[in-house]
Amino acid sequence: MIVCENVAKRFTLHNQGGAVLPVLSGASLRVAPGECVALTGASGVGKSTLMRMIHGNYLTEGGRITVGGVDVSGADPRTVLRLRRERLGYVSQFLRVVPRVPARDVVAEPLLAVGWVRDAALARAEALLARLNLPRALWDLGPSTFSGGEQQRVNIARGFAHDYPALLLDEPTASLDAANRAVVLDMIREAKARGAAILGIFHDATARDAVCDRCVDMGAFRPQPA
Amino acid sequence: MNMHATPTPDTPLLSVRGLTRTYGARIGCADVSFDLWPGEVMGIVGESGSGKSTLLSCMAGHLVPDTGEVLFDMGGTLRDTLTLSEPDRRRLGRTDWAFVHQHARDGLRMGVSAGGNVGERLMAVGARHYGDIRARAADWLDRVEIAADRMDDRPTAFSGGMQQRLQIARNLVTGPRLVFMDEPTGGLDVSVQARLLDLLRGLVREMGLSAIIVTHDLAVVRLLADRLMVMKDGRVVEQGLTDQVLDDPQHGYTQLLVSSVLQV
Repeated sequence: MIVCENVAKRFTLHNQGGAVLPVLSGASLRVAPGECVALTGASGVGKSTLMRMIHGNYLTEGGRITVGGVDVSGADPRTVLRLRRERLGYVSQFLRVVPRVPARDVVAEPLLAVGWVRDAALARAEALLARLNLPRALWDLGPSTFSGGEQQRVNIARGFAHDYPALLLDEPTASLDAANRAVVLDMIREAKARGAAILGIFHDATARDAVCDRCVDMGAFRPQPA
Repeated sequence: MNMHATPTPDTPLLSVRGLTRTYGARIGCADVSFDLWPGEVMGIVGESGSGKSTLLSCMAGHLVPDTGEVLFDMGGTLRDTLTLSEPDRRRLGRTDWAFVHQHARDGLRMGVSAGGNVGERLMAVGARHYGDIRARAADWLDRVEIAADRMDDRPTAFSGGMQQRLQIARNLVTGPRLVFMDEPTGGLDVSVQARLLDLLRGLVREMGLSAIIVTHDLAVVRLLADRLMVMKDGRVVEQGLTDQVLDDPQHGYTQLLVSSVLQV
C-alpha cells in the first residue's frame, strides 16, 4: 500500500548562503495492508521528514513514493489532495485548524470532505471523542485552548474519522495518559484488522511493541558525507 | 447510505495561459499560467507590488492584459473570456463569477438595505417575485450570520465584519462557480477574521465553489487554500500544494517570506 523506493531528500537554504542539508538517501520500505510498521532511529534521523514526504507535505527529491499505486513524488496538487481526502490519513504532532471551530466539527471535517451527510458525520465525530474520553463540555469549543493531551486526542479522532486505507501516525501516543494510550492502541489494532496499512513513529517502546509488526531503522538511510 | 459520489471532472474550470500586463516599461504580471479545477481554492501571495492584484484584476476582467488567455468552462467547453462580447462578459460577472473586494463598500451599495443588496443580485439574473426574493435574501443573511431584524438596515450601520459577510452573501446568492477574493479578511479584527474564514470554508465545501484568493497573509492561505502561488516582481516564483509550499519552500524568496512570519 505504501511503497518508498530509493528516496532521497536534502534541504537547500537559499538565505543562508545556499547551505545544503542532506537528510535522507536510499530510503526504501513497503507497508502492506493490515500491517503496522514503525520508523525508528535517533532524533533528527529523518523519520518525520520521510512521513511528510509520503504525505506530500515535503517534496521528494530522488526516488519514488507511491500510496495505493498513486505516485506521490512529483504528483500535481490535485492528485495529492484527492489522495489525502480518500486514501491517506495523517495524524501529525500538531493540530492546525481555523480558530474557534468546535472540536466536533474539526473531527467531522474529513467525513464531510468525502461526502458524508452532516448529521452522520457529527455523530461519528462525537462517538470518537467520547471513546477518547474528551469531556463533553469541550466538544463545542475550539481546540486551540485545550491542553496538549486534549488537542492530541482531537487530532487522533480526526485522523481516524474516515477509514483511510493508509495511515501515517507521528507520535500518536506522545502526550496521553495510560487509559487514553490504551484506547489509541486499540484503534490502531482495529484499523489494522480492517486492512489499513500503517506507518508510525512511536518513541514509547511499549506502545510500539504492542501494535507494530516490524521496525525500519532510519539510520540506514543516512546520506554519506560527500 | 452516508456517502454520495464525488465527481472528478476532466476539464479545468479555469485555465489561465501566458497572462501578461505591463504598465509602460514596468511589469504588472508576466507570463502567468495555471489550471484551476472545480472545488479548488487557490491562494496567491506576495508582498505589495508583487503583481498579485494586477493578476486578479486581469483574470476577473477588470483590467485588460497585454497578452494571454483566461479560459473558463462554459457548458463543457473552455472559452476565452477576454474575447467574449461585452453582454456575455457582463452576464458571466452576474452569474458564474463573483468578486469579493477587500473593502466591503467597494462591493456593496451603501445606500440600499442589507436585504436589497442581496435581492438586487437576484433581480439582475431575472428574479421578479418580491416574496421569493425577500425569502432568499433572508436565507442568505442567516447563512452569513446576519440577524433577520437587520435586514432593512443599510450597510452603513454595520460593523466591518458584518459588511464583509453581507458582501459575501450578495456575491454568493446567485450560486456562482468561481469567486475572486481580494484580501477578504484584510482590515478585520483577528476574532472577526477567524469567523469569516470558517464561514468561507463551509460555503466553499457546501457549494462546491472554486475560489482564487489574493492575500499577503500566509496564515489565511494555510487555512483556506488548497494550492498556493507565490509572486515576486510580477512573476510566479513557486507554486504547489499550500502546505508543501509553506513547509518545504524551494525558492529563496518563499523561504524568506515563510521565515519572516511572526509566531504567536
